[in-house]
Parts: sequence; structure tokens; C-alpha cells
Amino acid sequence: MIEFEINGKSVTTDSDPETPLLWVIRDELKLKGTKYSCGIAMCGACTVHLDGTATRSCVVPVSVAAGRSVTTIEGLDSDAGQALQNAWVAEQVPQCGYCQSGQIMQAAYLLSANANPSDDDIDKAMNGNVCRCMAYTRIRKAIKAAANAKEV
Amino acid sequence: MGMQQKNIAVSRRTFLASSVTAGLVMSFGTLLPGCSREQAATDIAAGGASRVFSPAVWFEIDGNGSVLINIAKAEMGQHVGTALARIVADELGADWDRVKIKHVDSDPKWGYMVTGGSWSVFTSFAMLSRAGAAGRTVLLDAGAKLLGVDASDCTAEAGQVVAGDQSVSFADIVAKGDISRSFSDEELAAMPIKPAAARRLIGKNTTALDVPEKSQGEAVYGLDAELPDMVYAHPLIPPTRYGSTIRSIDDSAAKDIPGYLQTLTIKDPSNVIQGWGMVVAESFPAAMKSAAAVKVDWEAGPTADVSEAEIFAEGARLAADSASGVLVVDDGDVAAARANAASTHTATYRTGTALHFTLEPQNALVEFADGVCHIHSGNQWQSLILPFLANALEIPESDIVIHQYYLGGGFGRRLFGDQMIPAALAARELGRPVKLIFQRAEDSRFDCVRSPSVAKFDASFDADGSLTGIEHAAAAGWPTLSMAPGFLADGVDGNGKFDTFSISGADHWYTLPNHRVRAINNDLAQRTFLPGWLRSVGPGWIGWGVESFIDEVAAQAGEDPIEFRLARLDAAGKNAGSEPNSVGGASRLAAVLEDVRKRADWGRSLPDGEGYGVAVAHGQERNMPTWVACIAHVAVDAQSKAITVKKIWQSIDCGTAVHPDGAMAQAEGATLWGVSLALHEGTTIEQGQVKDNNLNTYTPLRMADVPELDIRFMDRTEFPTGLGEPPLIPVAPAIGNAVFAASGIRVRDLPIRL
Repeated sequence: MIEFEINGKSVTTDSDPETPLLWVIRDELKLKGTKYSCGIAMCGACTVHLDGTATRSCVVPVSVAAGRSVTTIEGLDSDAGQALQNAWVAEQVPQCGYCQSGQIMQAAYLLSANANPSDDDIDKAMNGNVCRCMAYTRIRKAIKAAANAKEV
Repeated sequence: MGMQQKNIAVSRRTFLASSVTAGLVMSFGTLLPGCSREQAATDIAAGGASRVFSPAVWFEIDGNGSVLINIAKAEMGQHVGTALARIVADELGADWDRVKIKHVDSDPKWGYMVTGGSWSVFTSFAMLSRAGAAGRTVLLDAGAKLLGVDASDCTAEAGQVVAGDQSVSFADIVAKGDISRSFSDEELAAMPIKPAAARRLIGKNTTALDVPEKSQGEAVYGLDAELPDMVYAHPLIPPTRYGSTIRSIDDSAAKDIPGYLQTLTIKDPSNVIQGWGMVVAESFPAAMKSAAAVKVDWEAGPTADVSEAEIFAEGARLAADSASGVLVVDDGDVAAARANAASTHTATYRTGTALHFTLEPQNALVEFADGVCHIHSGNQWQSLILPFLANALEIPESDIVIHQYYLGGGFGRRLFGDQMIPAALAARELGRPVKLIFQRAEDSRFDCVRSPSVAKFDASFDADGSLTGIEHAAAAGWPTLSMAPGFLADGVDGNGKFDTFSISGADHWYTLPNHRVRAINNDLAQRTFLPGWLRSVGPGWIGWGVESFIDEVAAQAGEDPIEFRLARLDAAGKNAGSEPNSVGGASRLAAVLEDVRKRADWGRSLPDGEGYGVAVAHGQERNMPTWVACIAHVAVDAQSKAITVKKIWQSIDCGTAVHPDGAMAQAEGATLWGVSLALHEGTTIEQGQVKDNNLNTYTPLRMADVPELDIRFMDRTEFPTGLGEPPLIPVAPAIGNAVFAASGIRVRDLPIRL
């Protein structure tokens, strides 16, 4: 049995320790906001925070989460997270929306480390997140808007 | 009846406004006129040949004044529900804050269901406008009675009927008023539609209805659907799309995997699914692990050795054979122009295989309950897959319901819901709900890819060096031939049928005295894989050749590429356009070209190794033109030959933009898709399959490679045309032409590799 915290709540799983964290989150804990796409940590749709660090949950075995704290889009309640979600609406970022949980989780991690990122910082931090609708210019704009809103 | 009229006319409809339970229900009944089929694409958009459906669309207002608008189009990022609801609500005079939408299932009452071709607003606008206007008429009459005034003194705005300083809410009218009313076809056709100046919602921005939940992780996609007692299934995909058979399955290594249940052999009477096995397990991780452990011995089908190079070679052979293909355009006398030519120029353009790569992988959840097959899966063309499902399951279509979800990317992949078939067959066999999920590699291998294509152009010039004629022959796999052959169109000389979705764009708006186009099916491509409709479809690759070759011809003639184009966008003869869809014709294409020329400061001096390139497009079809002109600013590194796109300008005229910010988002995404297909992504067919099946080697555009964008919509109020795809079309040729301007290298293959 593996015990960890998710969005502030303690949970346990009897899954095989090698099971990717993603499927425990989605199918056991029923938190469907975190998405499956490439399965090889190259698209970022499955991004969650593991002890505050952006992590590709599709390749991380659930055993790695033991005793640690996981945050998903459903539990993103930091100031930066809220500012990002507001900016995502204000800038009308999502199109199909499938990648956006991962984009927001990655952006929240960026802002937690760099409160005022430049375009170049944003490109570097977000380059691992694919948006197939290619809403990239709005993602960039929303991150800057959220950073500015947080400063005020 | 002409196709343009067919698209927007409201014919043989009855409109009912009646008090049902506690609400006002507005519905249309319609019997599509049995028109002759002028163009297959228009037919699909309009709902297929003589299919009866009733009602086509409806909305309802409840006793609290809430307006519920049913949306029969798939939401895949275009915010289509918002746009369609704004059309109804504007005419109705509804309070936008009280409007809700619902994405409906595949009940036949919704009529022919397809979301593609950039058709949604174009084909819905007149119908939804009249629905809203009819509702407004009922509310005005009933409201006037309640207020004791004349209806002609009333207006409907923001959910109220207003007369001077008196008003009554839609809620009170529905609760108390006389709202029983029906409209004849003639009354409905004559329904007064607001002039553009009176619009309150159309043409104004709003928060798209799907955006807030997509920003909170709350939007529900097909992959998120669950049912009690369901099992998970994982496909075992054979080495070829067609003709592979399973000799034996050895699942001994899977038997120790906790959660593994069994491996099925799929037998599909519809023949869409050939040679498949499917692993079934209690969880998806167990299914993935088991799928890797199960050994299948296949007898591979006949195309197991086919390569992209062979498909290109066959395409080139066909394009060079003047007897091949079906005539699509035959203006003037190309043969005479060639015989009399003082000089000629020939070039061959090719595009390679491209994947849809929707981020949400293919999936379907199927349950049989009370004799009905319930399918939970995001889909773009319910009316296409339902007959296949009925054949596969050997049950009537009426026993199948497809429940709609948000689509985690469509781009044409979800026009064909072929993944529903094995899930449904398994669910019936197992007697339990089955959730089939593709891992990424399987999703790519089972994709209906954009076919490799070969286009040959032959231009003739007279003694003055003036262009006298162009012959264009284009060979590719044809999606419509495999998936919807009833929608193939007749050749202009009556000989043979062709796929309009694999040649549209060749029938461009340049006036050419002699112009001949042949559409050719590449049978080797057709047999090797299932060709698909990929965002921007035919024009997406046809435009690559047309707009690059025009540039070559302009260079040959020693003329400026924009002046050369403008001289041929004279709106003469068949290029004059007609009311309402293409009113203005080629003059509107000239207008966007002149606009983008000015904004990009065309002709300004640039550093060595940099250049501007231009291209235009008219959207998906001649009878639904969206006028687009694009300029790309590109740098080519002298040593490495690396191409950098510095900036892209687009000027777009789609008539009325119903939801301008949504339109801009589509234009931004489509433009970047154009960049991605030009420079970043692509694969090849090797050994009968796609070579690249995940992001380790299939490399769509990422944020760091996004160029500066400057996109402008012309301020127009004409009939709205399509938008999700057209801005993609000119991007690759504009980049290719800019590469030529920057480096002198003429690129003729897509993706561009120097």
C-alpha cells in the first residue's frame, strides 16, 4: 500500500508500485483534469506538482509519490495558480483545452520559481508542453498577465 | 436549385412555437430539397442527399427566462457553441447571461450531423438567424398583448419585450403569454433578419462558454467518460491497415499480470477493422502492460513493404500521364496554348505524410443497455460512422446512440469514428461496458493520415513571355473514396468521379485564359493506408503547389509576385463571384492581398539572407470563399541553411465574423499549423506504416519556434464563411516563396528541408 497526499488530502493506493502516477490520479482518485497524451513525458498534458515541482505523471511510478505531496489542476489554489486561471479566461487561451491543465500546472511552477519571467524564460519553461491547437501566443500572454496581476 | 441558394435557403420548413410543459420550445422541421448535386462538398455541408430530418435545430425558453440552445456541432476548440448560440440569441433579443448550450447526442431529430470543412457558421447562420427571429416574433406579439400595446411598438432586447417605458420579461411571457404559433415556409423564409448595424451580439466579443471550465480542468472529454463495471481495452494493431490476418495469439506471458482478463480477436462485418486483436483488462495500466506481453503472429497484408518513395513514384507516374485522372477544370484550350507556346515551364510539387496527432488519443466507451448501443466518444461526423457501426454490429442505426463530449483535438481525425467499431464489438461480446483507449503509438499507426501527394504543373508562355495557360495534375490518396464514396463528384466532362476534398484549391480565382486541372487517385496510397481529411484538407496541400508555382511563373515572367497575382485577380467572368457567399469574387481576394502588402511594407529592403514571400488562398471551397493573403518574413542561414520564420502577416475576409476573438484564435492556431506543417512536422510511410508515431521523432511546432504574428480581419458584414482552416492554406507557400527570395533556393517538397 502506498500513501501520499493529493490536493491536501491523504490517500492510499493498492496499485502495483510501478503504475504511472497519472492513472492512479485519473482512474482511482477520479481526478480527470490531468490528461494522458504521449505517455513518454514529451507533451506535458499530464503535468502535476510533486512536492511543488512540475512533474510528468505519465512516467513517474506511483511509488515515487509515497509520503510526498501531489497537486493537480483541481487543487491548484496558490495565488499564482489562481492568477493564471483567471488570465487563461481573460486571454481566452484554451481552444480544444486538452493540454491546458498541464500548461497551467507548468506555468504555475514557472511563476513559483520566477515571479516575473521574460518571453525567453517563458519559452524555455513551456517548451516541453505541446498545444496541438497552437494557442502558444495566448499562453505566453496569459503567463505575463498573471505575473503582472500577482505583483499588484 | 443552385448550391449557394441551397446552403442558405430555408425551404419546406415548418416552424412551431408552442407551449410545452413549462417552456417555450422553438423547433424547425425540414425536408431537404432533392436538389441535383452540383458539388459533393456542399452536399455534405448541407446534410447529405435528400435525407429527411426533423427538427433540424431547436432552442427553448423556460419559465425563468433561461434560454437553452442545443448545439449539434462538435466542440473541438473553435468555440462553436458560443458562435452558434450568439446567432440565435442576437435575433431573439435574449439576455446573453441567461443563455446556456447543450451538446446533443446523435438522435436523428438533429438532422445530418457533421462538424468539419469550416462549415459550421456558414451552414447554420441563415437557419439559426431565422429561428431566433421567429422566436422574437412570437415573444413580441405575446409580450405586446400582456403590455396592452401594439407589437409594432415593441422591441426585444436583453430578455425583455420593451415598449416605451414598459417592459415584460421573456420569463413572464412564457409563463403567462399566448405563445402557440406556427409559421409557414413562406413566413419563415420572409422572416426579418436584423441588418448588421442592429446586431448586439454578433460581431462582438464575449467569454467563450467552454473556456472557464477548460481553465479549471473541469471540461469532460471522451477519455474521461466512465461507466460502472467497465473494463479497459487496448488495441493490437496489425502490420498493415488492410488484409492482415491473425495466425495465432500467445497470451501466456500476460496471464500473470494482475488485472489481465483476455485477448480478443476482432471480427468486423463492416470490414473497417481488419486483423485486430484487443487486450482486455481491469485497468488501463494492466491493459498496457498486457498488450506489451501478448504475442500476436500476423499474416501481413499485401502492402507490408510499401514506402513513401514508392507512393511518390506512382504519383509522379500518374501525374505525367495526360490520360490519367478526372477533369475538374477545363477552361479554354490548354493543349493549344501549349502547342503554340514560345516557352514552357514545368515543376512538380510534393507533400509528405502528416499525422493528425490529436492530443487526446482515440478512445471510445461502449455499453449495450436495453437493446441500445450507447457510445461515449467525441466525434465530428456522427452521420458518417453510424451506418458503419450498424453494419459492424448488424443492428439498425436507430439502436445506436453516440453521446458527445468535448474533443481533445479534432483537426479532421474525429471525422471518422472508426475506433468505435472494435469497442462496440467487444462490449457486445463481453456483455460489459468496454473502454477502449489507444496509446500514442497505436493512435499514430491507426491514424487516417494526410496522404503523400504529387502535383505537376505545366505553364505555357507566348512570345512576349506572357502566361497563356497552366495544366495542373494532382495525385494522392482520396479520403472520400474510402470513407464516403457517395460524396464523390462528377468530372466536368462527365467522365469519372473525383474527390473534391483532394483537389479543391486548384479551382482558384485567378483568371487564366487556358486552365486545365486533373484530379488523380493514387491507388497505391489508397491501398496502403486510410487517407484522411487533415485540417485545411485538399487546399492545405494543393495550395502548396498552386501558390508556389504561381511564384515561379511570376519570376519566370520577371514580374513582382504581388503585381502578377493582382493582374489575374480581375474578378472577370467566372471569378466575379455572386450573392451572397462569394459576392465581390476575386476583387475581395485582391483587397486582402493589397491590405497585407501595405501592412507588411512589401518591397522594403532586407538584409542579405532574408526575404519576404507571399501567397493567397480562398478557403476550403469556391462556393464558400474565405479570402486570405499571407506574407512571411524568413531568414535562411547562409552556412547551415537553417530557416527561421521571423514574422507572418495575414489579412482575412470571412464576411461577418460572428465571434471575432474566437475567429482570431482560430486564425492564430491555423497560421501556426501552417508553419508546423511547412517546417516542423511530418513523417513517411515505411513498410506500409507511418514511421514516426510519437513526439520523440514526430515534432510539431513548440512555443520557442513561434514567429511573430500580425493577423487582421477585414471589417466586413457579408455572409459569414468558414474560418478554422483557411488561414492555414497560404502559410507554407508564403514561407517557401520567402525562402526563394532569401536564398534563391526554390523548394518544392513539404515539409521544407534545405
